[in-house]
Amino acid sequence: MKVLVIVRQVPDSTTNIKIQAGGQDIERAGVKMVVNPFDEFAIEQAVQLKEKRKDVASVTALIVGPATAGEALRTALAVGADDGIHLQDEAFDRLDELQTAALVAGVVKDGGYDLILIGKQEIDLDSGQLGPALAELLDIPHVGTTVKLEIAADGKSFVARRRIEGAEEVVQVPLPALITADKGLCEMRYPSLPNLMKAKKKPVKVLKAADVAGFAAATANLGGVKMHAFQPPPERPPGKMIPGDPEPAAKELVRLLREEAKVV
Amino acid sequence: MTNDILVFAEQRNDKLHPAALQIVTPAKELAAKTGGKVVACLIGGTLNAAVEAIDKTGVGAIVTVSAPALANYSTLRYRTALAAVIGKVQPRVVLLPATFMGRDLGPRVAAKVGAALATDVTSLSINAEGSLDIIRPVYNGKASCHVGFPKDRPAIASVRPNTFPAATGGGGAARETLAYTPAAGDDRIDVKEVAKAGGEVKDVTEADIIVSGGRALKSEENFKIVFELAKELDAAVGASRAACDAGYQPHSRQVGLTGKTVTPRLYIACGISGAIQHLAGMRGSKVIVAINSDKEAPIFKLADYGIVGDLFKVLPAMTAEVRRLKG
Ligand SMILES: Cc1cc2nc3c(=O)[nH]c(=O)nc-3n(C[C@H](O)[C@H](O)[C@H](O)COP(=O)(O)OP(=O)(O)OC[C@H]3O[C@@H](n4cnc5c(N)ncnc54)[C@H](O)[C@@H]3O)c2cc1C
Repeated sequence: MKVLVIVRQVPDSTTNIKIQAGGQDIERAGVKMVVNPFDEFAIEQAVQLKEKRKDVASVTALIVGPATAGEALRTALAVGADDGIHLQDEAFDRLDELQTAALVAGVVKDGGYDLILIGKQEIDLDSGQLGPALAELLDIPHVGTTVKLEIAADGKSFVARRRIEGAEEVVQVPLPALITADKGLCEMRYPSLPNLMKAKKKPVKVLKAADVAGFAAATANLGGVKMHAFQPPPERPPGKMIPGDPEPAAKELVRLLREEAKVV
Repeated sequence: MTNDILVFAEQRNDKLHPAALQIVTPAKELAAKTGGKVVACLIGGTLNAAVEAIDKTGVGAIVTVSAPALANYSTLRYRTALAAVIGKVQPRVVLLPATFMGRDLGPRVAAKVGAALATDVTSLSINAEGSLDIIRPVYNGKASCHVGFPKDRPAIASVRPNTFPAATGGGGAARETLAYTPAAGDDRIDVKEVAKAGGEVKDVTEADIIVSGGRALKSEENFKIVFELAKELDAAVGASRAACDAGYQPHSRQVGLTGKTVTPRLYIACGISGAIQHLAGMRGSKVIVAINSDKEAPIFKLADYGIVGDLFKVLPAMTAEVRRLKG
């Protein structure tokens, strides 16, 4: 069984987001970049499968992004992925998420991957298109927002538990398939310094646009949205602090929620 | 492409999702600009009550795809059905609710029909060139941006729940049915079981009101006071990651960056400091209340109403007051 895990690099969640003059993007300089937290769950799950099962031949980590995104790929390798694919070309920076899915589909479609893992969304753009769109373009099923994954002993199918509104759904799906990881699937182990050093020696294949057959055609027929006019979030008017002892304050709060805010 | 706006009216068991009624509101505004009509699309098993409910929102036409195989949501089958409706209606814009279903379905359908997509949008308009232009929050709500769509292909957008009021007014829309023709491999996902999470309590993503507890609750047992207030308000119970990691509440209740994103009418944060990753999940709430013993807690910066005090005293007093007023 061959496993592929898709990794994205995003600004650390504590980063102060500043918007460029003109609003065409956020300020990128000095922003600390990390592995997308939902992709961490996917990486750990992939590595655990390899550790627990004899039939997992390899775990490959794939990233689309500039040279600096190689750092996120290295984290995946340090945690236990065997090799990496880095799709790195200025032409890729202009793709939207659906087009990125078409790019990735073109690269992995003949790779013989039985299971593809990816986080349910990226914490920067929060859009969550890449996983399901990639599954569609590869014509394989996907299971979204997965919190538990058990592969059958024969390696031909799996049972997954996924989070939906107010409930959890248990599904059985044949491989090949794609899983998007939600919080709860597993927590990524900390990549140790020796493993980070070893990861530098693991093979990483860097692919440019010219290396991807049919790149232009695949990305021309879908997607193509363009982000513009970034803005800070609207200011909230200053809140009302309710003074006094707990009991009268609680009463006053309930009154305000009923009569002023009209929400209860 | 026509000038029509297609609305995916999400339903389960012949009951519309509240967000389905809400997304008709921007759909009507867009249709007024494009000069087309709003077409509602329902996919499911038996569809009666849901069709009547969507007809009361003033849509221009209703297309239903009903088959026993569609009784429960299944990504692949619903993808095939929705793609068929898009093929038939040829809409310029397709709106879905940004629910679990809409977020699951949107990217697959967009990839299948060769559309462009934006998810979780909060504002929609048609620009001077006649293309869709939307606004969506990015960077966990720390910014927002416009997204412009190309002109030559359908534009699909999933709309954040509780952003628009439910549409009203109308009836007697033209009705049409479309057969479900399974695509090869549509049956690959076999739903074994749907287990209600959290017992009888509402899920945070479904609730209009959420009462959330943080590390300050100190134990699962103490969360009782959060549940009591939630019950009086017909609210869901949420929790911070610190409270979930400590085992006070299951992770299915976690609100925040790695938990759920919620946009209720009222969010009451009790003993939650207001870390940036918690705010990421709830800053879209209409009214925010904070109860915290530390007057410097960052949550107060976002709150519309705040009480500096001990939640173990404030919460029971609120519960008693709500109960008293209900009589
Ligand atoms: C990648 C990443 C993802 C994360 N994702 C999430 C997420 O999804 N959701 C999330 O919540 N966090 C998330 N976090 C964690 C976040 O940074 C905080 O650690 C967490 O939100 C703190 O939870 P808390 O507010 O309950 O606890 P604390 O920060 O410890 O706050 C407890 C608060 O209770 C108050 N208090 C104490 N006693 C009382 C009392 N008797 N009455 C009233 N108030 C009292 C204190 O003044 C304090 O403000 C994430 C962190 C990272 C790095």
